[in-house]
Amino acid sequence: MFRAALRLSVSGARSLTRSRPQYTASVAARSYSHGKQETDEEFDARWVTYFNKPDIDAWELRKGMNTLIGYDLVPEPKILEAALRACRRLNDLASAIRILEAVKDKSGPHKEIYPYVLQELSPALSELGIPTPEELGIDKA
Amino acid sequence: MLATRSLVRGLQSGFWRRVSTSSAAWAAHTHDVDVIDCSIPQYNNRLDTPLPDVPFVRNLSAEQKKLKEKEKGSWTQLTKEEKLALYRLTHELSYAEMRQGSKEWMTVLGGIFIFLGFTGLLVWWQRIYVYGDVPHTLSEESMAQQTQRMIDMRVNPVHGFSNKWDYEKKQWK
Repeated sequence: MFRAALRLSVSGARSLTRSRPQYTASVAARSYSHGKQETDEEFDARWVTYFNKPDIDAWELRKGMNTLIGYDLVPEPKILEAALRACRRLNDLASAIRILEAVKDKSGPHKEIYPYVLQELSPALSELGIPTPEELGIDKA
Repeated sequence: MLATRSLVRGLQSGFWRRVSTSSAAWAAHTHDVDVIDCSIPQYNNRLDTPLPDVPFVRNLSAEQKKLKEKEKGSWTQLTKEEKLALYRLTHELSYAEMRQGSKEWMTVLGGIFIFLGFTGLLVWWQRIYVYGDVPHTLSEESMAQQTQRMIDMRVNPVHGFSNKWDYEKKQWK
């Protein structure tokens, strides 16, 4: 039990040494006291692969997104970009906007995460024509 | 024995059949209530579920269907209003609207104070019209005599009552 806590804190410390804001890095979704701990890169790669499936269907997109938001982390921009492109393949603009809203909500009190994510996603957003919630005016009730 | 069984059967056919009618069929007779079919996926507004199971608007008008067709093309061709309309077709409330909260707490607090005040009035009326007189031992004269007796008895002389009375000067310290 203590080893698991130590391992989590070690991986947390490791991700702190990265130069980008750390809050989007993820710790393993499952913590075992034995067995291999998934690294942040593996987690991100797994999710990017999930959303990059060419023939992803709407259910899989919803399930993936809802599960991802359920984790105790803000997804990396590369995962979100894959999800937004999946929305494009499914012709679902509303979901794309919803995903951006969910990211902002997920960052909670850390107000610097959402602008960073938007900045990283801005090429994809302008390429696909996805408006931000702010542009549509739905960020204020 | 047979009579009771037929009685139960009669009850079942008459009374229970009506009660056990499915809600959808029942609503076909009475038109008061909106029937929500809980056996199929429903729309919900939840912060932790960004993409609900079904879109908010299921039955699209012709104009909305045209918009949906346009969505299949490049999204850069859509105007801002069209993008907003597409969002509102699929979602009832935005995250900001979900988080909004209301002013209901003021109503609740006001109601609490009103009822507390009303109760206070009742208690006051009760004090005046229901309670009898207090005992005569609470009169000024009686209390003075009682206090004098307590001083003479040296009630709580160490830290308490009599400790506060100066016995030389015959006054309170």
